Order: sequence, then C-alpha cells, then structure tokens
Amino acid sequence: MIPGDFSYHRPDSKAQALDMLRRAGPDGRILAGGHSLIPMMKLRMAAPAQLIDISRIGELKGVAIGGREVEIGAATTQHELIENEQLAAACPIIRETALQIADPQIRYLGTIGGNVGNGDPGNDMPGLMQCLDADYLLESAKGQRSVKARAYYQGAYVTAIADGEMITKIRFALPPKGQGYAYKKLKRKIGDYATAAAAVTLEMAGGVVRRASIALTNVGDTPLYAADAVDRITSTALLPPDIDAAVAAAEAITRPASDGRGSAEYRRRMAGVMVRRALIEAAGRATETADGKDAPKDGKTGGIFGWLKG
Amino acid sequence: MAKRLISLTVNGKAVQREVADRTLLIHFLREDLRLTGAHIGCDTTHCGACTVDMNGKSVKSCTMFAVQAEGAQIRTIEGMAQADGTLHPLQESFRQEHGLQCGFCTPGMIMRGYRLLQENPDPTDEQIRMGLSGNLCRCTGYQNIVKAVRHAAEKMQIKEAAE
Ligand SMILES: Cc1cc2nc3c(=O)[nH]c(=O)nc-3n(C[C@H](O)[C@H](O)[C@H](O)COP(=O)(O)OP(=O)(O)OC[C@H]3O[C@@H](n4cnc5c(N)ncnc54)[C@H](O)[C@@H]3O)c2cc1C
Ligand code: FES
Ligand code: FES
Repeated sequence: MIPGDFSYHRPDSKAQALDMLRRAGPDGRILAGGHSLIPMMKLRMAAPAQLIDISRIGELKGVAIGGREVEIGAATTQHELIENEQLAAACPIIRETALQIADPQIRYLGTIGGNVGNGDPGNDMPGLMQCLDADYLLESAKGQRSVKARAYYQGAYVTAIADGEMITKIRFALPPKGQGYAYKKLKRKIGDYATAAAAVTLEMAGGVVRRASIALTNVGDTPLYAADAVDRITSTALLPPDIDAAVAAAEAITRPASDGRGSAEYRRRMAGVMVRRALIEAAGRATETADGKDAPKDGKTGGIFGWLKG
Repeated sequence: MAKRLISLTVNGKAVQREVADRTLLIHFLREDLRLTGAHIGCDTTHCGACTVDMNGKSVKSCTMFAVQAEGAQIRTIEGMAQADGTLHPLQESFRQEHGLQCGFCTPGMIMRGYRLLQENPDPTDEQIRMGLSGNLCRCTGYQNIVKAVRHAAEKMQIKEAAE
C-alpha cells in the first residue's frame, strides 16, 4: 500500500514549521513519528497534500523537570521518555505507560505530541495526560494558547486544534513525593490498543485518600476523566466498598464500541477491572505524604493497607 | 509527482537517488537498491519483517518514507556478514539454534536482535522476548529465536573479551 501523492517538507526550526503550516492552511499536516499518520495514509483515511516533518527539530524535543512543573517537547519519542531516568524518578507513570504502547520499533519513532495530538481514542497518552491534568501548548504563526488535556478531545479524531496550529509542549505539575500511581491496560497481545485501560494517581495522608485522579482509555470516542469515581474515593480510607463505588462510577461514564476487542458490555466491565487494579496498585505504591501524622501502622490498618495484607 | 534527491549511507556505502516523496523506505531498499533482504510481511506495521537499523534504532521500513531517511545511516541484513562471507554471530546463532524455519521473518528478527544486543549485551530471556515483541514469526514458536539471540549474546561477549 503506497500512500497518495503529497509533497514533503522538513523545516529546520519551530518558526519555520509554523510558517509552513500557516501557508499550507487546511492542506498541511504535521508528520512526527508517522506511526499513526502513515498507516492512515496507506488506507486513504488521511490524504494530506503537504507533510511537514517536525521530527528533527531540536527545540521541540526534550524533557525539562522544574521545581513545580514537568515540560515535555512534543517531538520527544516514546523511547526517549522511557530512557529518561530523571523523568522516571519524577513521574514514573510516564515510563509505565509508554512501555505499554505498541512495540520497540514503534516507540523509537512515535512521539508524545503525535500520540496526544492524533485524537485516536486508542492512544494511551491522552488518558494519562487527563489523569495528570496536563496542559497542551498550541502554537501557530499568530501566537499561542494553552488547552487542558481534559478539554482537548471532542470526538474520535476531533480535537480542539485549529488549522495552522501545532502542539509544541506538554506540561503538568510535578507529582508530589509519595504519590501512588498505576497505568493498567488490558490488551489482546503486545502492540495492541487497549480493550480498556485506566490511569490512576493517588495521594494518601493519615490513612485517607487526600487527592486522586482517574482517567480511562479507549472506552469511548475520547479519553474520559472519571470525576465521579474520584469523588467516591476522596477522603475515604479506600475500603473495599469505596473501591466498588469508584469502579461503578467509572463504568457508568464509558461508552465503548463493540469490536474485535469485545462487546461493549465486556469492555465496560474491563474498564472497571482496570480501575480496580490501578487503584489497588497505586495505593500499594503510595507512601504517606508529610501531613499524614496518623500514618497507619503495620498490621493495624484499615483501608487498603489492611485489606492488601488480608 | 513530488520528487527529490536523497543522500544516505546504506551498509557503509554512500547512496544518492531521486525518489518520489511518497516512496516508502522498504520499496526504496527493495526496488531501487535491490536489497531484498528486508521483507514486506504485513505492510501495516505489525510484523517487523521489514525491520532495518537506522541511526541506532530499529525501524519498520514499511512505515517510513524514503525522504525521511535523508542523511541516515542504514544497515540491512545484507550488511551483517563480512565481505569474505563470514556470518555475523547473530546469523550464525540463528543457523545453529534453528532460529528459523521458512526464514521470512529472519532478516527482521536479526536486525532487531542486533540493536537489542547493542543496547543490552546480556539480556535475560524475558528482555529478549520484550525486545523482539514487534517481530512476528508464524513458524518457530519463538523458542529457538530466543535461544539464538541468547547464544549470539554469549558469543559476542566472548569475542569482545578476547579483543
Ligand atoms: C501497530 C501499531 C500499534 C500501536 N499501538 C499503540 C498503542 O498500544 N498505544 C498507543 O498509544 N499508540 C499506539 N500506536 C500509535 C503510535 O504510538 C503512534 O506513534 C502515535 O500514536 C503517534 O505518534 P507519531 O509521532 O507517530 O505521530 P504521527 O503519526 O506523525 O502523527 C499522528 C497525528 O498527530 C498529528 N501530530 C503529530 N505531531 C503533532 C503535534 N506536535 N501537534 C499537533 N498534531 C500533531 C499528525 O498531524 C497526525 O494527524 C500504535 C501504532 C502502530 C502502527
Ligand atoms: S511489513 Fe513492515 S511491519 Fe510488517
Ligand atoms: S521462520 Fe517462518 S515466519 Fe519465522
């Protein structure tokens, strides 16, 4: 399968790329890793007239970890995210998620900007970015604006991006020390998109959930931030009934399609199972934050700690 | 049709050719350069039979345009044996450990195995399996492929120690 005809451009800088995008108007399309776009072009699901390759623009690459914020350049590859030890220490859920995306060859080229910008509900990073409450920095030749990951997705392949814009950076708050986390993904085989997946972060203090975040992948036309599920566990000791309530609340917002990965009903349930497993794993990984003066002692805990130990 | 001149290095040789923008790297390698070792198994980025090494990464050449490889260093299965025909330790190990049956997936397996061992010279079986997870084999059941890569790792380490 050979894609239709197009003309290829490789700008040297972000400014040049934005200028090319402006001139191309609706005919222009960014090519980053190409591992979503080229398969779509082969199938004629995409037929851009102008491809603007941003994969070699240094200023769109790299990870900056500040005192409060993490900033990732849009053209940073999944492989580069996985290899980055500072990032793994500061925000380990990124590596955990990236390792569950596709396969090694695809991760060498696929970028985080392409993954979040693509708008395919099967992509794993958008759900994670909703969980982390990330912002996407959108730039065009005319200026820039910031859009929340939780507001970016409007439908399958429909996002808040306008002609002439591209995502240049992804930014989110540095996770606090001791935060528990997990990305749980059910897939039929390595390299498959999720049957259902869930991203969870959790902060515990005094044996109680201080703050949490839950988002779901591939069980609707867009990634889903599970606000009700978060409410069900916040300020609880994460006892089994609290987890059950969160699972039910998460399942309630799913709108999965029936497809080769299973029936809608199955996928809804699997979303619940992924939320349950992610909550348990995140709680097991969470360490008490500083204000947790009544930290649960071994063996005498209620909540998830006691429950995990039976 | 949009075309341009590209320059790159393939198996150590400088190459300059005019290609259409929409030419996939696999077609450029197979049809323009007549390097038919890399295979097209699926054309959908799943099987890894088209894997080549590019700038220190294993890439699926069915999912890249030749123009994206401008300036690149590419190595294909044809560039693995020495000029006198001495096989690369990975090639030898695949033969010795019966790491192939029909052989269709083998060029991709070896090129991916090569990069995996560059990054991790002493992998566990689990790491070999994860490392090769973008390559499908419909014949062997993978057992002997894993053995072959492990065997090659041992050979390459012995060789390195001797040097
Ligand atoms: C076999 C296979 C299995 C896969 N499995 C998974 C999986 O399990 N999970 C998963 O998440 N992904 C999976 N992928 C997709 C892969 O991760 C892609 O690489 C990724 O979705 C897109 O990144 P890219 O850099 O390749 O983007 P491209 O393919 O280059 O671009 C994708 C889209 O995003 C746009 N775009 C790219 N960069 C930007 C930007 N900076 N700003 C705005 N728009 C931009 C492009 O114009 C295009 O529309 C799989 C792909 C394949 C081929
Ligand atoms: S032919 Fe390229 S991955 Fe199968
Ligand atoms: S040996 Fe036949 S596909 Fe692998």
